[in-house]
Amino acid sequence: MEHIRLPKVENVRLLDRVSPRRSRVGTLYLTATHTIFVENEAGVRNETWVLHSLVCSAEKQAATSSGCSLLIHCKNFQVLNFVVPRERECHDVHLSLQRLSQPERYEELYCFSYKPNVDEQERRQEWDFLDLKADYSRMGLPNSLWKLSPVNQHYKVSDTYPADLFVPESATPPVIVGSSKFRSRGRFPTLSYYSKENHATICRSSQPLSGFSARCLEDEQMLEAILRSNPRSDFMYVVDTRPKLNAIANRAAGKGYENEDNYSNIKFQFIGIENIHVMRNSQQKMLEVCELRSPSMSDFLEGLESSGWLKHIKAVLDAGIFIAKAVAEEGVSVLVHCSDGWDRTAQVCSVACVLLDPYYRTLRGFMVLIEKDWVSFGHKFSHRCNHLVGDPKEVSPVIDQFLECVWQLMVQFPCAFEFNARFLITIHSHIYSCQYGNFIGNNQRERIELGLQERTHSLWSYLWKNKTDYINPLYRPNHSQTQGLLRPSTAPYCFRFWRGLYNRFDRGMHPRQSVEDYLNAIQEETQQLEEQLASHKQKIAQLAQEQEQEQEQEWDVSQKAFDKSPTAWALGKDLGLANTPQDYTGGFITSSPCQPKAPDSSLILLTQDPNQTIEFNLSNGSDQESGIADVSCRSPLSEDSTRDPDSDEAAYCLS
Amino acid sequence: MEFSEHIKTANVEDVVLRQPLHPPSRGTLCITGHHLLFSDREDGSSRQLLLLLRNIDAIEKRMSGSSGTITIKCKDLRVLRLEIPGMEQCLNIAHSIETLSCLDSVSEMYPFFYRPSDVSLQDQWGPSSPEKHFSRMKELHDRWRLSTVNRDFSVCPSYPPAVIVPKNISDDMLEKVAKFRQGGRFPVLCYYHRKNGMVIMRSSQPLTGANRKRCREDELLLQAVIDGSDKGYIIDTRSTQQALQARMTSGGFESKSFYSSWKRLHRQMERGKALQESLIKLVEACGDEANNMDRWLSKLENSKWLSHVQTALSTAGLLAECVERDGHSVLVHGAEGTDSTLLISTLAQLIMDPCCRTLEGFLALLEREWVQAGHPFRQRCAHSAYSHARLQQESPVFLLLLDCVWQLWRQFPLALGFSEALLLRLATEAYASNYGTFLCNSQQERWALGVKKNTHCLFQALLRQKERDCYSNPLYEPTELAIWPSVHPQSLQLWRGFFLRWTPQARHLEEAQEEIRNMVIEWGKLALS
Repeated sequence: MEHIRLPKVENVRLLDRVSPRRSRVGTLYLTATHTIFVENEAGVRNETWVLHSLVCSAEKQAATSSGCSLLIHCKNFQVLNFVVPRERECHDVHLSLQRLSQPERYEELYCFSYKPNVDEQERRQEWDFLDLKADYSRMGLPNSLWKLSPVNQHYKVSDTYPADLFVPESATPPVIVGSSKFRSRGRFPTLSYYSKENHATICRSSQPLSGFSARCLEDEQMLEAILRSNPRSDFMYVVDTRPKLNAIANRAAGKGYENEDNYSNIKFQFIGIENIHVMRNSQQKMLEVCELRSPSMSDFLEGLESSGWLKHIKAVLDAGIFIAKAVAEEGVSVLVHCSDGWDRTAQVCSVACVLLDPYYRTLRGFMVLIEKDWVSFGHKFSHRCNHLVGDPKEVSPVIDQFLECVWQLMVQFPCAFEFNARFLITIHSHIYSCQYGNFIGNNQRERIELGLQERTHSLWSYLWKNKTDYINPLYRPNHSQTQGLLRPSTAPYCFRFWRGLYNRFDRGMHPRQSVEDYLNAIQEETQQLEEQLASHKQKIAQLAQEQEQEQEQEWDVSQKAFDKSPTAWALGKDLGLANTPQDYTGGFITSSPCQPKAPDSSLILLTQDPNQTIEFNLSNGSDQESGIADVSCRSPLSEDSTRDPDSDEAAYCLS
Repeated sequence: MEFSEHIKTANVEDVVLRQPLHPPSRGTLCITGHHLLFSDREDGSSRQLLLLLRNIDAIEKRMSGSSGTITIKCKDLRVLRLEIPGMEQCLNIAHSIETLSCLDSVSEMYPFFYRPSDVSLQDQWGPSSPEKHFSRMKELHDRWRLSTVNRDFSVCPSYPPAVIVPKNISDDMLEKVAKFRQGGRFPVLCYYHRKNGMVIMRSSQPLTGANRKRCREDELLLQAVIDGSDKGYIIDTRSTQQALQARMTSGGFESKSFYSSWKRLHRQMERGKALQESLIKLVEACGDEANNMDRWLSKLENSKWLSHVQTALSTAGLLAECVERDGHSVLVHGAEGTDSTLLISTLAQLIMDPCCRTLEGFLALLEREWVQAGHPFRQRCAHSAYSHARLQQESPVFLLLLDCVWQLWRQFPLALGFSEALLLRLATEAYASNYGTFLCNSQQERWALGVKKNTHCLFQALLRQKERDCYSNPLYEPTELAIWPSVHPQSLQLWRGFFLRWTPQARHLEEAQEEIRNMVIEWGKLALS
């Protein structure tokens, strides 16, 4: 609270990003956790909530006659442009926001003050929802080839690795410890995925400290042990996910890559995925393109190309495919590393897992996968996502790229994933929001020290409780698309720009009607009807004995079924009319803005009336015209316009 | 002419066919006057390929030793390869394909020979006619009339015999106006907006020329259109510069001084050769799988196809906005009034008019705005993206329309009564068809050749129950509202279903559509049981 210099400013304008002439006037509030903008418009209560931890930057621009502009960029790609009447106020808001959005200590993070209405026992159970050991036993581990090693209990061998690690049965503690000394940050080769069918594995590590000529017997033995744990194969791949030049440069610093001559039966392979700095700059460039006010098609495509973003996504997916094919088709084990083995390695291993194992394409499986390859193996969430004020060079959208790879796969295989894009976007938001304890800190050791499981809530159980929002209605576990290894095409034309994430808050850009919502509704209705039908059939059977009334009853029953069914019809119609952009965004975050303490009143809310946020609002006829017509266009009278200045500026007038 | 004189080798055994999404197969190849037929000789499977020769856009032959390979590139963007034993046979086949695939005479084309057993040539032709259109819209009758001034096509060769014009403009006046408009295409009504009584008119450019001729009757006609209202808009699909230049070649535009109640808006739309080249570049980019990401995006950009989609949709949006939101009537024209004019008048009607969004309504709209309104299909669709022939009048305006409609369908998946499959079917049929619908350049030519008497109608066929199921949108929920498309670059996408139709990815998307259809059927059964 001491950071809030000015809790409330009136007569603030919130500009529409796409058509800045259209703006809303209201009051801006700063609370300990949120910035809240409440529109003045009589009758409607339109509120926009932004969590401080999602604020990426707040820039104050030069004052003009109309006021002083404050531009807020959020980590979930929302951009808000406020105009504050007096510069003094703008200055105060700006300073407060800067401080509030850059916490200095973990204790300041939102997850420690976020207290939904859940009792302590229930909260504890949230953390039991996912169990990584269960996933390893699902894979068939431990078995005669792989064992759970206690070597990293208390994080003594590698402080960024989890405590529980699987290693080859033949790997003795001296070999493991010796190998770990030869690897950056002690991150020795350990198991990430095991294929029950053919014993091939994906293992991961950091780079070896080989310099120009150093070698390490234990490390060589470690790889030998991994190779021998796959009895049907006489070699293994070692995949270095860095561009070759980067790996060579590392040799000068006493690091580097495996020399094929020193390790028996390895095939060494570079896969050029660029480093975190290149990725950060690339995403920045792409976001600048997304923010262009009214770009021509050429501006957009050229900008997208020069950002290089899709090229990087393709590189990550290509690497994942290489590994997945080695495991599934060749039956060969793969050791993956980059430099530290917590960025590119995490991306590539998890993408390969999604391709390999249908389980990771289910709702629960996908959470397990993130928990395994990202959280437990020490992807540095707090550094990469800038949870605390820190070194800007550590920030990088590594996890964004993973989520995007999965999205690209969902686009290619619409029936293969149990979850929908909303699920990915929600996970993305909460990785950055700091509302849940899952992604706080940089590794397991830090999370235990922070006592996150004792003090915060878990995102996974929240997602599971609300899973109906995240189900892909087209998911077919038995579909041919779904079986076994996914074989995506990586032809460049298969990679699409992810509007749903990067332009998520630009309402006008999205489809005005949602097929998915419609299908979910009819799916639900189909289920209900089937149940009804079953119970009616039962009743009929009972009634059949009373011969006299039989006929009448049957007729009556079918009448009833018919009477109850029109809800879905009405609902479908409603989607046609009322799927306004607001509803679409509102549907993402399903809670009420007026009850900040309710579970997950979280991120951003662009809603009118709390009762109106319900996704399928049958009576939402109020805003029909603007609902769909909102795309709209510049007045044809543009040059000598006499129309109200508030009207939408421009879409169709691109000259 | 006998087709047989072009067929020196009619059958070849032991040919290997490679086609997308199928394993290669070995069998017999057969050439007839209109078809290429391949039948598989493998045990058990009796796969056949029946390809209209008209569908073939280009072939490439390569000889090696005693055999040859013919690569066939189709107008529906499919690429097939035939490996033919025997050099002479291969050359003969190639020659037959080259000749028979681009026969000039319309009456020798396949629609005149196509005789399916279950339908009769006497069946109704076309879902719409100017007469029907007019008689259905009672609201029009006190201010508008159906004129038959063009009954013998002498006033405007590219117009249908009957058109809708303001009631107080006589046929004599129309004849004078026709002389003042390129190709005789005087302003006619194409859409009446029930909500506010405003209309869309279309025409060709006025022939003002360098000395700024005027035509009293033309001015009166337009004045009659806005009768009672304060003004109207003219949307000229050329830039101001292009319109000015058109004066040098006796064309021109409506000047402010003579048409004081009309406000002109210029929106430059690409047409003709530029559009054809755009298609060629895009298809080439899509065919090049080895590209790296950067080259793909720059090739996509360089083709400008999506820019054309954006311009078409935003101009149509502007037109619809003038009518629906601003409440004024609009006249649309470019130069000839047979291409971009029809493109945006069609899209604007889809945006505003729920009746055009049903399967029947959409086909009737195409019938009125493209077939009857004289889009020169024969010239525009003579060749597609692969042809090596020198470009003449080819231009994929109709394909651009279908792409724009697809974009609308993507943005409003519940608002259109028809499916992507229909758009794909139309995109194929416009270039090569069993039906007579897209033959010829105008109604006049169709009458002269007896197209109605001697061929079957595609639109009627699509409306038959068994086809209907696959061409209707299972998610269709009619809405009375206008459907305003977003034209942000982020909102527009490459039409993968068409341009990447023969890739496995397109199959995955089709399978998803299939699942959607099944879900709706399942639910429908229960809900109505």
